[in-house]
Amino acid sequence: MPRFGRLLHGAGLLLVFAVTIFPFYWMVSSSFKTQTDLLASPPVWLFTPTLANYAEVFADQKVVGAIVNSLIVAVFSTLLAVVLGTPAAFALARYDFRGKSDLWFWFISNRFISPIVLALPIYLVAQNIGLLDTHLILILVYITFILPIVVWICTDQFRSIPRDLEEAARLEGASQFDIFWRIYLPLGVPGIAVSAIFGFIFSWNELLYALVLTRRAVQTAPVVATSFMSGYELPWGKIMATGTVIVLPVTIFALLVSRHMVRGLTMGATK
Amino acid sequence: MSAAPPRRSYSGYGRFTPLWFLAPAVLALLVIGIYPTLFALVTSLRQYNLTRSRDGFPFIGLANYQQVLSDPTFWETLGRTAKFFLCVMPAEIGLGLGIALLLHQPGLGALRALARVSLVIPLATTYAVVGLLGRLIFNRDFGIANGFIGLFGVPAFDWLGNSAGAFAAICIMDVWQWTPFCALIFLSGLSMVPVEIEEAARLETGSKAALLRNVQLPYLLPGFTAMLILRSADVLKLFDVVFTMTRGGPGAATELISVYIQRVGFRVFDLGTASAQALLLLVITIILARVYIRFFYREIE
Repeated sequence: MPRFGRLLHGAGLLLVFAVTIFPFYWMVSSSFKTQTDLLASPPVWLFTPTLANYAEVFADQKVVGAIVNSLIVAVFSTLLAVVLGTPAAFALARYDFRGKSDLWFWFISNRFISPIVLALPIYLVAQNIGLLDTHLILILVYITFILPIVVWICTDQFRSIPRDLEEAARLEGASQFDIFWRIYLPLGVPGIAVSAIFGFIFSWNELLYALVLTRRAVQTAPVVATSFMSGYELPWGKIMATGTVIVLPVTIFALLVSRHMVRGLTMGATK
Repeated sequence: MSAAPPRRSYSGYGRFTPLWFLAPAVLALLVIGIYPTLFALVTSLRQYNLTRSRDGFPFIGLANYQQVLSDPTFWETLGRTAKFFLCVMPAEIGLGLGIALLLHQPGLGALRALARVSLVIPLATTYAVVGLLGRLIFNRDFGIANGFIGLFGVPAFDWLGNSAGAFAAICIMDVWQWTPFCALIFLSGLSMVPVEIEEAARLETGSKAALLRNVQLPYLLPGFTAMLILRSADVLKLFDVVFTMTRGGPGAATELISVYIQRVGFRVFDLGTASAQALLLLVITIILARVYIRFFYREIE
């Protein structure tokens, strides 16, 4: 390749990298700034970093509690979705039955539903049965968007498992449940793991349901981060430190599944 | 689609076996998804304003729907949502295609890998945090956006304080967050082009435009349609970034459909009207989903 073209290619790639990473960099670097540096105009690039914002974040019971709440909700909603979703994926991958494709469409179409559509009625129902402001209601609601991903990715994974294994097991008298439990689950672990990571990311990031369905006790991390945005002089350092703490774990998870990112977000429309 | 199950000699399972495996997931989605939707349907037929609960919640037929359909604000927010889509989508597609071509170009392996991996970060960033970050970046007094345009001698601008600026700001954050999505879809399309065909075409023509048009384009089209449909569904859902960045303001300048329904439901507490709005939105969404599924999951059986 001519040197000029190579140079241009390299410059383009660097630009892509810089622009993509910049807001993330700006958040992290702002989280190490003092209020004076944060309010400097024009913004400063070189400054003496401080850990004061992080000290403040981790001393704030509200933030720490919110992160614990987010963890509880994300872990249990993902677990529940995997427990419910893997048998369904097994059935979709291995059996023929009436209405199979309609059922499949129905699972997938949950991906499209706007949270506001369900948030209103679930708020009313939860209020009536006293589930407002509990972990349980968020865990249950989050299943509506995690389950379709689990079903999609695991069906795909289970289809790729060779049938011979199953035949052999059946000849030795294994039941359908044994086949699911002893063959498909263990061999499907890669797909299950990827779908669980997606489930965790999506429920960790969720704001609307959490905003509407919780009050004090079960506020999740995004809700608390949002709540700092009132008042006249905003504590920007603390806000950015909180943002960094929230975003860091999902960023790491996302890097782990980066190869599957497109599949997870499009529900497999593109391989 | 729903033909009788072909009996296979080796099947080894009864008629109801699939049911046992499917029942837990189906029941869960029915209870959590469908039951509340029916509840909303009932609510949408009542006068259900929590701030005036002393009036009770009488059934008023289709009055809520009539009110929503004749409410200019509802149509304005839908229109604004469409405008938002029309602003961000071409930018995301154009930039995404450019980035995908850069990443697909052979050579500079390490740098390409670095740029490709970085694309994942905006996609995973918590939307609410993107909104907070947007407030910092577009701050009038000390935001980096003004610092940047200042380099070109443009005077500081109160982005979030005026309609056009706030709308532009939410568009920019959306383009930052979702261009990587388009780029990665295009990239996976490009990697589907058989290597021999691409090599031959590269030898044949020096023109990248010809290569793109004649060889690569057919592989990009399926992903392109997926992008349009998924992004339009996402824009109908878009709430977090706008809520944290502008709360729909100033005025109603950035009030997209989900933000508006949330305001009617949870800040005005008119749940009857909000339910009617939400169900109308659901109808739009279902149509979109059906279109999408028709396009992409046809091969399933």
